[in-house]
Amino acid sequence: MSFYKEVEKFKDFDMEKYMDELTHEEIKRSIKKDKLTKFDFLNLLSPKAKDHLEEMAKEAQRRSVQQFGKIISLYIPMYISNYCTNECTYCGFNKNNKIDRKHLKLNEIQAEAIEIAKTGIRHILLLTGEAEGLVGVDYIEDAVKILKKHFDSVVVEIYPLETEEYRRLGNIGVDGLTIYQEVYDEKIYKSVHLGGKKSDYMWRLETPERGAKAGLRSINIGTLFGLGDLVEEAYLSGLHAEYLTDKYLNSEFSISLPRINEAEGGYKSKYILDDASFVQFVLAYRLFLPKAGINISTREVAEFRDNLIGLGVTKFSAGSKTNVGAYSDMEKSTPQFEISDNRSVEETESAIRERGYQVVHKDWELIV
Amino acid sequence: MDKLILGGVEFKSRLLTGTGKFSSKDEIPKMLEASQSQIITMALRRVNLNNSDENILNYIPKDITLLPNTSGARNAEEAIKIARIARAAGCGDFIKIEVINDMKYLMPDNAETIKATKVLAGEGFIVLPYMTPDLIAGQRLKEAGAAAVMPLGSPIGSNRGIETKAMIEIMIENIDLPIIVDAGIGKPSQAAEAMEMGAAAVLVNTAIACSPNPAEMGEAFALAVKAGRMAYKARMAEESRYANASSPLTGFLHNN
Repeated sequence: MSFYKEVEKFKDFDMEKYMDELTHEEIKRSIKKDKLTKFDFLNLLSPKAKDHLEEMAKEAQRRSVQQFGKIISLYIPMYISNYCTNECTYCGFNKNNKIDRKHLKLNEIQAEAIEIAKTGIRHILLLTGEAEGLVGVDYIEDAVKILKKHFDSVVVEIYPLETEEYRRLGNIGVDGLTIYQEVYDEKIYKSVHLGGKKSDYMWRLETPERGAKAGLRSINIGTLFGLGDLVEEAYLSGLHAEYLTDKYLNSEFSISLPRINEAEGGYKSKYILDDASFVQFVLAYRLFLPKAGINISTREVAEFRDNLIGLGVTKFSAGSKTNVGAYSDMEKSTPQFEISDNRSVEETESAIRERGYQVVHKDWELIV
Repeated sequence: MDKLILGGVEFKSRLLTGTGKFSSKDEIPKMLEASQSQIITMALRRVNLNNSDENILNYIPKDITLLPNTSGARNAEEAIKIARIARAAGCGDFIKIEVINDMKYLMPDNAETIKATKVLAGEGFIVLPYMTPDLIAGQRLKEAGAAAVMPLGSPIGSNRGIETKAMIEIMIENIDLPIIVDAGIGKPSQAAEAMEMGAAAVLVNTAIACSPNPAEMGEAFALAVKAGRMAYKARMAEESRYANASSPLTGFLHNN
């Protein structure tokens, strides 16, 4: 049984009718519950719940502090290759885009690692495009081995692998996996993923499960807001996290809320996630999934990120660059998306401390 | 107040505290001073041994006993590795074993905990295993060489109090080791309750670290722990007085 069964069940659900009949009393009750059902979660995602954001925020803060304490953990992304054989209409790395491509050699990965480590960041996220024949598991393994020398924790955000391949990465010290479904709506999925292996919806949907079966410690999922209906996508990604949490007790699951930046491949989004809805979804995730981490990337502007501290978020990327080779000032390649929060690691840390939160550089080290 | 003895070391305070969840590390020494706690647990996973500015150890006064824990370990093997690193890094011989492979409820794995305890006690560690309350597992831990047993009161960080009371009482009655209630204690009154039951000590982190004023809350817990211990001792004294009564209570029946 995979999460697809849940997705299918949802296809016959009359969302409009449900939202019409939903009352403010029901929403208030959902906020106060210790353990939220799927429907409580949906109530908090509803347009009507916009009137209850302050109540939701208070509850989310209380629970976050109890569960995690007043902390924000930091990580930094490192892109090692932007060659890609997929055709995702919203992505800067789309194989049809005429961009500056770059593929780091191992000595270049080492140079990047040395530069990044100077910032004091101890957790790194390794990213690459999907390019068969160029970016294989062996190459990723070699990159991980280099990064393990410079960082406490290595998480990969790469194309989906087989369980056995994840196990291989786990054995050399990979802690976790980030994999976004991008869009749970199957029709839309097919319309924005035109070619390459990524056009296989099921293969992608079951990726987090393969990672969990391989024993990876932390798995981060999410939907790319802007591709599908906002409430439906938030709901299904939350259900996906709940499903995984219930089924795979040996992994920790977390959730991200990437939203499309206009800069990416000129994609024009029909569904714009505004700041109020973004905050609402963060709060709803927090109340529905009290133990899940919530990650915020530098796609978001500095001031907005700072305002999210205390509302349930647990992890920030900092000092990020999304072009390959950018940290050690090699020839610039084209970035995957434009960064909105351009602060240095140090500036980000000061902002976190000013809010009365502790910065965690190191949360875990896998000893292999 | 009678002393707590763990692994041959004497302690005045029966309140163990933790370093996690504080809004700033600067809060830790203030909390230690106010609560008079002499043992503090810290997750080795978060200790950055290569960076002295960040190192949590700089915030802990020298006269405090460190209790590094193996948080993050999912099996005995990982816990053993972490314990050895802690000792090599100068954290002393105390170790709190925490083996959790259930990320949903965070329930400790008793079988793996017993395995790790046996190995580490054999290497001369003073082992304090965190566990799911269970008499038989507690006895196995004693056989494995644990210096104390630390059953959970309720799930970690839940502040729900001593939901496992009946199980812990059985352990206190039947295991000849200090029983330290660890996890779930959310209020001073719950700490007092654990002490009245006859727990040797309590470990409190979330309730202190996440309170608006950790130092004051730490002191409140210290008072509660003292009160609970005094009540327990008074009751014990009363019971022993009956047991050793110089003139039996029913002696009058035989006096004629």
